Amino acid sequence: MKVVLEHLTKVFPGREKKNPKDVVAVSDFHFVIPDGKLVGLLGPSGCGKSTALNLISGLEVPTEGRIFFGDDDVTDLPPEHRGVGLVFQNYALYPHLTVRQNIRFPLENLKGDAKLSKEEMEDKVLEAAKVVQIEGLLDRKPAEMSGGQQQRVAIARALVKKPKVLLLDEPLSNLDARLRLQTREEIRRIQCETGITTIFVTHDQEEAMSISDSIVVMKEGKVQQVGAPQEVYDSPANLFVAKFLGNPQINVFEGTVTKERLYIGDDDLLEVKGVPDGKVLVGIRPEAFIWNREGAFCCDKKSVEVMGRDSSIVFGHAGAVTTQPRAIIDSELVSEKMEDQVRFDLRPKKVFLFHPETEERISFS
Amino acid sequence: MKKRSSSQFKAWLYLLPAALFLAVFLVYPLIDVLIYSFEEGFNFASQTYQGTGLYNYSYVLHDPYFIQALKNTFLIVIITVPLSTGLALLISLGLNKIKALKDLFQTIFFLPYVTNTLAVGLVFMILFKKTAYTDGMINVLLHAFGSPGVDFIEGPYWAKMFVMCLYTIWVVLPFKILILTSALASVNPMYYKAARVDGTSPARIFFRITLPMISPMIFYLVITGFIGAFKAYSDEVALFGTNLNAAGMNTIVGYVYDMLYGDSGGYPSYASAAALILFIVILTITAINLLVSNKKVSM
Repeated sequence: MKVVLEHLTKVFPGREKKNPKDVVAVSDFHFVIPDGKLVGLLGPSGCGKSTALNLISGLEVPTEGRIFFGDDDVTDLPPEHRGVGLVFQNYALYPHLTVRQNIRFPLENLKGDAKLSKEEMEDKVLEAAKVVQIEGLLDRKPAEMSGGQQQRVAIARALVKKPKVLLLDEPLSNLDARLRLQTREEIRRIQCETGITTIFVTHDQEEAMSISDSIVVMKEGKVQQVGAPQEVYDSPANLFVAKFLGNPQINVFEGTVTKERLYIGDDDLLEVKGVPDGKVLVGIRPEAFIWNREGAFCCDKKSVEVMGRDSSIVFGHAGAVTTQPRAIIDSELVSEKMEDQVRFDLRPKKVFLFHPETEERISFS
Repeated sequence: MKKRSSSQFKAWLYLLPAALFLAVFLVYPLIDVLIYSFEEGFNFASQTYQGTGLYNYSYVLHDPYFIQALKNTFLIVIITVPLSTGLALLISLGLNKIKALKDLFQTIFFLPYVTNTLAVGLVFMILFKKTAYTDGMINVLLHAFGSPGVDFIEGPYWAKMFVMCLYTIWVVLPFKILILTSALASVNPMYYKAARVDGTSPARIFFRITLPMISPMIFYLVITGFIGAFKAYSDEVALFGTNLNAAGMNTIVGYVYDMLYGDSGGYPSYASAAALILFIVILTITAINLLVSNKKVSM
């Protein structure tokens, strides 16, 4: 089921005394989530991504704009009539019910023609349990399971009614690092198997990049960029997106363009065709640096952090905006002999220019 | 080893004040009551007795005043505990739902808790008691509807029991409302959100989610409610005066008090026997309550 958001806006009115300002949690969302895709809503906390999810689920009513599932306008439908499955950050499993009862709970709410017999319910519960691979745990209580297992139960409960859209609110934030890696593969697998359009919310860029077909980067209620993860990484629309994606973070420098040449400090770095003269912000990905004794980019080495395959060189530079700029290079290239002053060449594709005030991307060739 | 024994000694030393206090004022009297209850023909003045046996229990259990007190106590327990708990649950649900005037209503419902029992008794007198000047406000109301009215304080047994139960419920309600509103507020709203997304009906939300989640608190209230109602005495005095036997509204604790200090008092043996019977009754009921709750309440 395709999900279409049209100029979706949600304003929480300010409270009289404490917080008189209105809060615009979601501002003018306008994009399409294609059928059967896994989409990550990505942004720092407080950027309105959970509110966006609540709007799609129907738990919140939008101030403006429309929501379509396929061709149906669902904006005014309550959550139970939208056919969504929602997995909460803390799973919201009913602690007094067994796993089986938890998964069956949504089925027991069906009324009229949709009502199911006990056998049908049991079949559906088993089917959902099989998808998330918890058939052996059906008679346990939530408290008797690990976080990862609870997560699976929550997904099974959301899937059991065959929702048109599956919504996951920070699905991995309550899991430890190793389980997080496993579970995100799991979510990808379940989504592929069921083919249900899935939207999940996360603040972790790695999580979003690794499993999404498409990511939506948000900041302060506004969509910054929509696209395939690699595409957004390789071609960020503005400085915020460039900074938010990638680990370690992109390095930012103050630079100037003179006669289509980019300078940072006195270093003449690159040819930037089509960019007018003036000040710019330069974003350089850590992997953009190529160690070269003759390189144009000259900086003072501060420390070297060895991370196994790669090493990261922390350096200082007069034009740096980032407090600790770093370059990632192959560990084999790092030797004791490295001077205190190191020089790099840059990969032009990993260098982005941004307008110093608007922070919008300035493209060059 | 040495270190352990010295730290144990310290632990006992710290516990000593509390232990001493408990021993003198709780354990010793408990044992004393047990001994009293088996001493036959105890003379308070000379502190002597004639023999030991179960006569005191037999006397108490054959005493029509005790039977009356037992009956009254059981009636009060059976009527007021479920009614007050149910009513408190309804009111708490209402309080939990409304937004405007919530604080005002909460204060109003909590007022009886901070009001002196005897003052409340006085108010009930004004409402229900017939005097030379007035029939009491409730009777005035009843007259307005063409009913002859009834003497609630000195009239038929059912009328007195009605006032008694009404009074008891009204007095115990605030505490229960307080506990239940906080229990309801502590249920994580995400459960209700999850239920909403699944299209759960309000009745089902209440019985399958809310009720199980606050069931530990409900059982706590039922257990303490049973114990409190079995120990009822001061409320009866507030309504019917000190001569409860004459009013036919005595309770077990009232009977114990009368046997010790009342007009017919001076019989610590009978009082002790009655107190132990009450103790056994409460112990049994609480044990049953705990057994049931252990089965039902599992979080």
